[in-house]
Amino acid sequence: MTTKSITEMPSVGYGATLWRIIKSFGLLRESWVGMIGAFLVLFWVFIAVFAPLIAQFDPNAAIQPFAKPGTVGASGGTFWLGTDHMGRDILSRIVWGSRTVLFYAPIATVSAYTVGILMGLMAGYRGGLVDDILSRISDIILSFPVLVLYIIVIATIGASGFNIVIAITFASSPGIMRIVRGLVLDLRNRDYVAAAQTRGESDWRIMLFEILPNARGPLIVDACLRLGYVIITIGVLGFLGLGLPPPDPDWGGMVNETRQMAMVFPHMTMFPCIAISSLILGFNLLADGLREISLRD
Amino acid sequence: MVLLLLKRIGFMIFTMIIVSMILFMLLETGLTGDPATRVLGNFASDEQKELWRDQHGYNQMVVVRYAKWLGNFATGDLGTSIRYKGPVKEVLLPRLWNTAILGFWTFAIMIPLSLTLGVLSGMKEGSLLDRGISVFGILTTSVPEFASAVFFSALFVFGLKWLPGTSSMASGFEFKQLILPAMVLVVYDFGYVARMTRASMAEVMTSQYIRSAVLKGLPYRQVIIRHALRNALIAPFTVIMLQINWLLSGVIVVEFFFAYKGFGALLLEASLNNDIALLEACAMVAVVVAVSSQTLADIGYTFLNPRIRFS
Repeated sequence: MTTKSITEMPSVGYGATLWRIIKSFGLLRESWVGMIGAFLVLFWVFIAVFAPLIAQFDPNAAIQPFAKPGTVGASGGTFWLGTDHMGRDILSRIVWGSRTVLFYAPIATVSAYTVGILMGLMAGYRGGLVDDILSRISDIILSFPVLVLYIIVIATIGASGFNIVIAITFASSPGIMRIVRGLVLDLRNRDYVAAAQTRGESDWRIMLFEILPNARGPLIVDACLRLGYVIITIGVLGFLGLGLPPPDPDWGGMVNETRQMAMVFPHMTMFPCIAISSLILGFNLLADGLREISLRD
Repeated sequence: MVLLLLKRIGFMIFTMIIVSMILFMLLETGLTGDPATRVLGNFASDEQKELWRDQHGYNQMVVVRYAKWLGNFATGDLGTSIRYKGPVKEVLLPRLWNTAILGFWTFAIMIPLSLTLGVLSGMKEGSLLDRGISVFGILTTSVPEFASAVFFSALFVFGLKWLPGTSSMASGFEFKQLILPAMVLVVYDFGYVARMTRASMAEVMTSQYIRSAVLKGLPYRQVIIRHALRNALIAPFTVIMLQINWLLSGVIVVEFFFAYKGFGALLLEASLNNDIALLEACAMVAVVVAVSSQTLADIGYTFLNPRIRFS
């Protein structure tokens, strides 16, 4: 087994690694569910990257209140999705809002993963007292109903993008830690770990360079799902009035601001809801596709 | 078995005490800002704040205050709500009852629905029905509660005009007003339970004893109902109990959206209005409900699963 893996080792270099990553995305072709997911995610990433080119109007400029979708503006331009009660173009707000969500959600996820992976590696590899303490802490945090935890944290430290990242890291790293810990417990008795130990490599080197890369499969799937949850969380916090402070566009906040008028002007609430749902659906379908493919081999 | 029970209950109490400490630290000490400023506002003078601190015992030592606070909680004195100008208990209890009603109907619809779908798709893994149900489940869990509330209101309230758009129960209890909130919660939550049921069912279907039952020539229906279901429904029991935790988050959004006078809306209101005593009480109730349902799930799982019960 060991000899085989040595002969199969690809040539060392970033080019080879990059090629492997690209090729692994090519695998997605095998799952149409994953393809649709990837398409939805890439669509929103594209919108977010090119937001200044796509949005016709300034997202915070009051132009013409209560315009129905498709109205031609008095000073030029068409409000394809209408405007809200303050006269701001909804399409432009959705486009710029995709930037907000695709900026904070990955940051919060990466931050939660960094903390969760470090905790999980320590708990799983070291074991003993460290494991006991970390596991108890995560049990306690996980026993909170999530949204109650977010509300209390945000209520005490205040609502801002940075604080949302902190709250999400605090609430989701224990869950990540549990997954990593389980994977490490399985991996730490492998031969290559024993070999590294014999070579006299430090614990952290073994954890980060021997164990972690081999645990990446389930973690990538989980990260996709978790990104979806984080986007839901950011949306829900915005909807509850605990999200990013106005006036900058935020999908959840847009729904909260206009939902009282939903009966007369359904377009104000409907389009942001479609936007957020489609992005979350993208990540969830992508995760499902990746899981399906990883189970196949 | 008895040892396990004691261990679980011990951990439950331990968790509640730690959580109460965290809550106390976050809301009652200067760690995240001065409580006097939070209650009186930014424009209160230093004398006012000092007077308030003196009156409410904030000048004592933290440990003493925490012990008193916990003692009051344990004896049922939940403090006074600033917003409702009355004892927290009187505000909280009717709200809890309302949420219990909503939660009951949500579970009454969600459990049969998700179990049926889960069993159907787990029976034949990889079939068209299975893929269909699983994609449908992903679709519904991808729509956040506030978004599905918007979609359902647009359809059933503004479009078809079948259901009322708010559930404040202003003129007495009306079942009609409960339908939309319950529907939103069911749609968001059932996918996960169905998926877990499917996994459990699929695992059972590949086991040897099911194979021998089929090869023995038993009718397929009988194999499913008498042999497979018994084992396949152990895991979903735990998942359903743990779902209470998610429901506590869901009710906050749904009750806020439909103006339903429940516990979740109260918690949100307390946090937006800096009503500390009310927020603490709500958070503690939420944690107690969540932790006890988790403990029940653990104990129930052990009890239902003979492999654990007898080892």
